Amino acid sequence: MSAEQHKQSFLTKYIFSTDHKVIGLQYGITSLVWLLFGFALMMIMRYQLAYPESPIPFVGSIIGDGGILPSEMYNSLGAMHGTIMIFLGVVPLAFGAFGNYFVPLQIGAIDMAFPKLNAASYWMYFIGSVIMAVGFFVPGGAANSGWTSYPPLADIATTGQTVWLFGMVMLITSSLLGSVNILVTVIQLRTEGMTWMKLPIFVWTQFITAFLLLLAFPPLEAAGVLQLMDRLAGTSFFMPSGLVVSGEVLTNAGGGSPLLWQHLFWFLAHPEVYVLILPAFGIITEIIANNTRKPIWGYKALVYAMVFLGFMSFIVWAHHMYITGMGTSIGAFFQTTTMIISIPSVVILTALLLSLWGGSIRFNTPMLFALGFIPMFGIGGLTGLPLGLAAADIHLHDTYYVIGHFHYVVAPGTIFALFAGIYYWFPKMTGKRTNETLGKLHFFFSMIFMNGVFMPMFVQGLAGVSRRLWDGGETYAHAADVLYLNEVMSVSAWLLGLAQIFFIVNMIISLFGKKTGEKNPWNATTLEWTDTTSPPLGHGNFEVVPSVYRGPYEYSVPDDEQDFTPQSKKV
Amino acid sequence: MDIPFTVKNRPDTGLYNGKLGVWLFLASEVMLFGGLFSAYIFLRTGVEQWPTGSEYLDIPLATLNTLFLITSSVTMVMSWASLKLNDFKKFKIYSGVTLLLALAFLVVKYFEYTHKFHVGYLPSTNNFLGIYFTMTGLHVLHIIGGMICIFYFWIPGAKMWESDPERFTNRIEIVGLYWHFVDLVWIFLFPVLYLL
Repeated sequence: MSAEQHKQSFLTKYIFSTDHKVIGLQYGITSLVWLLFGFALMMIMRYQLAYPESPIPFVGSIIGDGGILPSEMYNSLGAMHGTIMIFLGVVPLAFGAFGNYFVPLQIGAIDMAFPKLNAASYWMYFIGSVIMAVGFFVPGGAANSGWTSYPPLADIATTGQTVWLFGMVMLITSSLLGSVNILVTVIQLRTEGMTWMKLPIFVWTQFITAFLLLLAFPPLEAAGVLQLMDRLAGTSFFMPSGLVVSGEVLTNAGGGSPLLWQHLFWFLAHPEVYVLILPAFGIITEIIANNTRKPIWGYKALVYAMVFLGFMSFIVWAHHMYITGMGTSIGAFFQTTTMIISIPSVVILTALLLSLWGGSIRFNTPMLFALGFIPMFGIGGLTGLPLGLAAADIHLHDTYYVIGHFHYVVAPGTIFALFAGIYYWFPKMTGKRTNETLGKLHFFFSMIFMNGVFMPMFVQGLAGVSRRLWDGGETYAHAADVLYLNEVMSVSAWLLGLAQIFFIVNMIISLFGKKTGEKNPWNATTLEWTDTTSPPLGHGNFEVVPSVYRGPYEYSVPDDEQDFTPQSKKV
Repeated sequence: MDIPFTVKNRPDTGLYNGKLGVWLFLASEVMLFGGLFSAYIFLRTGVEQWPTGSEYLDIPLATLNTLFLITSSVTMVMSWASLKLNDFKKFKIYSGVTLLLALAFLVVKYFEYTHKFHVGYLPSTNNFLGIYFTMTGLHVLHIIGGMICIFYFWIPGAKMWESDPERFTNRIEIVGLYWHFVDLVWIFLFPVLYLL
């Protein structure tokens, strides 16, 4: 095997590799770049919101128009910020990168079940992301109908929308290949003794996430095909009869329904929310168990809650659509299911919180991010409850309140969990340690500025400020009292950007740092720490494929000489 | 090191990796066509006037096509069964017939499409024709995809029969599962679009 490895050229080893670890890193690096880019788009938008119609520093010259952000471009940036953060940033990082790298290691598999499909999945994602980027250069700019692409606006939008749809088709294909791969890997390649109830929670979350991606994405693909037909073949699937655009009645056949798109879109996009959050739960669980030095509280409750969460996520989608006039009886059904789905989320959060009870907590960087995740996700979840009830949602829906709510779930929620995961597994991926001081600075500044960005959104939203204002609400009566918050949020956003320098610098100096080669620096129990070198062997991961005898979180077992007992230690 | 269970079944699941993979893929395909069928229902119930299929479409031709596809499903199973019985020659014949029937389906479809374009029935004419062209078009793409796979294992990929017969048989089984699914989609498309 090692002789084979030496023969590999740079291209086959690092670019067109079929090794799940290399593909995981490719996913990770690409998605981190996209996250930064998506964030940069938002920082430009925030300048316009804080100081409407004044020239933007640094990037103004690229924008043209005297450096002032035109409203059409503001729409483009908003749509692309959403698309990039979700489809090119968070999901590929949480599922593509972490899932690829650590699921096979944690279940004792030598690779994914289909290594070539795995590589194909990454390259589909890469091509999809390039197509999305191409959108910025077509006439009329990138897609500008929101990341939700609601028709009829999206049907009559500029060419960027067509590019967006083609990009999405590639991304959906990529996620299809990735999810089949994770599912088959977990079902078929668990090592001897690794029964379902011995799986680390991280593997469970990836498994359920894969199911959501597998079954929720295709309806969006169907919707995408229908929208492409509307745009390219002149059909009227989403075009109602007698639509008037710029004072002229459109000549298309009509008879279609904009609501149809919303149903198909949210059938994907609600499970997508759980695609974003479930891997985060998984990462946080690993880190909390490891750094409290005690078993996770309620392993089975966690597993059942997550499975139930995954199932329920398919029947709550229309709570995004209360204000569309789809009818109150449908609304009543979806309000009920939405209230029900909050139960497993609370079970999960409670289990994580109770896991801290009586632990001897180590406050290292990954643990700080994990501890930060719990209240931040809590705020995100609790502010979602009023949105689940139509009576409250009708007032809040198109305001900044909703923006605040879902960003609390995804930004200081999921993205904190992803940072936690990067800090936690960095020693395993590289054999080197990250700098704790820089890591802690990164955490504390991110924590402060994240709240600085998103907390004022609740205030603005409750005051009734619409979420779609290009001028930040300057000419909007509701906004008068809370207009000053725009500057607070924008400055926080830029400072949040600066705080990420700690992360980038930390990654770079740690990568060039000394190799400690420690196998298990955190004294963890799961297979990726106890049975592989750091980094794990090129092809095959393990010197000897381990067998599993114990549950995943046997910390501080009485009568054991160490405070952690590896899963692979014989009983 | 080789990845386990690529050819042999895993004892506790009773499946080899590829078979489980293709079933999961088909589950996803069900959701894709399910989304389109739902869209069809949504569009149809949302308007007062919805044409019946016979106003625009040719039912006898579609019946012929249904026969072609059902027969091709039978020959597909036969080609797999021949491999199981170690009869490589018969496999070649049945695979060839499957391809021929699929091609016949495409030819009929081609005449159907061109006839409609000729008399001015376009996707943009109304939503019935729109959804007809979208769904059958996507189905035709699936047929072409299946034909490429069957052709690959018929001629260039058939070498594997000598080196690894069990794995080759598995591959034919997997292609077969996909092919039956594509047939099944047509079995739903035919009544929904042509008859109802």
